[in-house]
Amino acid sequence: MRNLFGRYLQTTIIFLIVGGILFLAFGGYLGGASRGLGSSLVGIQTWLSTRYTAIQDFLAAPRDIATLRQRNAELESEVSRLQGQVIELQQKVDERDILAALVDFMRASPESTYKGAAVVGRDPSPFLHYIIINRGSNDGILRGMPVVTNQGLIGRVDAVVADAARVQLVTDPGSAINVRLQNADTDAVLVGSVTGDLSLDMISQDVTVEAGDVVLTSGLGGGYPPDLIIGQVLNVRKLDFELFQQAALQPAVDFARLEIVLVITNFRPVDVEPLIPITNP
Amino acid sequence: MFRNLIAFPLLALVVIVQSAVISHMTLLAGYADLMLVILAAWALKAEASSAWLWAILGGVMVSFVSGLPWPVTMFGYLFVVLLAQLLRRRVWQAPLLAMFSVTFIGTLIMDLFTLLVLNLLGTPLPIGDSLGLIVLPSMLLNLLFAVPVYVMIRDLAQWVSPAQEVE
Repeated sequence: MRNLFGRYLQTTIIFLIVGGILFLAFGGYLGGASRGLGSSLVGIQTWLSTRYTAIQDFLAAPRDIATLRQRNAELESEVSRLQGQVIELQQKVDERDILAALVDFMRASPESTYKGAAVVGRDPSPFLHYIIINRGSNDGILRGMPVVTNQGLIGRVDAVVADAARVQLVTDPGSAINVRLQNADTDAVLVGSVTGDLSLDMISQDVTVEAGDVVLTSGLGGGYPPDLIIGQVLNVRKLDFELFQQAALQPAVDFARLEIVLVITNFRPVDVEPLIPITNP
Repeated sequence: MFRNLIAFPLLALVVIVQSAVISHMTLLAGYADLMLVILAAWALKAEASSAWLWAILGGVMVSFVSGLPWPVTMFGYLFVVLLAQLLRRRVWQAPLLAMFSVTFIGTLIMDLFTLLVLNLLGTPLPIGDSLGLIVLPSMLLNLLFAVPVYVMIRDLAQWVSPAQEVE
């Protein structure tokens, strides 16, 4: 009985002590002590946790680096593939733009029939301005047919084989085309040069030519159909003691970036050589 | 012997590369003549008989693509081979010097020959502009190509004629 009473007393005292401590703690009387204890415990836990994490990282790191490297390689490969795709799509967009412009041009000039061709090369000699296209006699291309883009005339077919043709550009030094100045309403001769610059010659001294005048094919001589745009007059050189005026021309076509061209297949050049009278000495 | 047939695909490839790639790599208005450089290197390293055949084949292939009259390319390349054969005997101790000399003189003579023929045929090419804008830039580009082409052709010549001593 006494033993039982003692055990109750012991339990009651413990409860009272714990309750008292809790009471003092909630009442704010143990603030300094509990803060010190709490911060010590947190400090110990932080130290332990940091060390544990460091050890865990140390043990796990090699596997992660290998995984990351593998993943990095995969992503780099994916980026390369996507970059290739972007370039390919960009090329297709460019090609589509060119084709759309050419189709617009064909619709605007329904009197002619066209055959599209890609530019696959240039003349091996820098003295000549020729291009190679991937259409030939198998596609109905014949020597002398004019070649254009949606921007204007670029030249005419000079030689043909089964699946390719060589086109003499209007910028070739050997090229001479009869043209008409739209505003001045006069004829002239368009000639190429070594540098690819175009110039007009044989312009009568009587007419007034101004910068910006549009230059078109005249159709004289039978080499080209009339009214194909070539470019605009850049500047005029008029000297009183010369027989004719001369002018520099800004071509409508960018000859450095020819990719797809149109061959006018329903035009046959006329050979006027037999009609030129032979003068006997 | 049969390995000499490599000339057909190789020179065809050279014409394609020249037309599709090299002709876009311009310096002023000039660009390199890869066929000339290759024929010069081949004539310096390979047997004389095969060099002449290569020159004829190269001339035919280039004139097929180019708007130049065929005798210009044909005689031009034959002259380059002749020049290489002459220099090969005299400057045999310094093959790279011979390569540069053949490229330099060969380009100059061939371009001047082209200029002359085109002017005679009625294409107005001013000498001054042609020299400054085409001949000299082309020569510089040919000289830049001379060393890598020489190294490749030297290995090719050794493969075609293993018995021949190659410096």
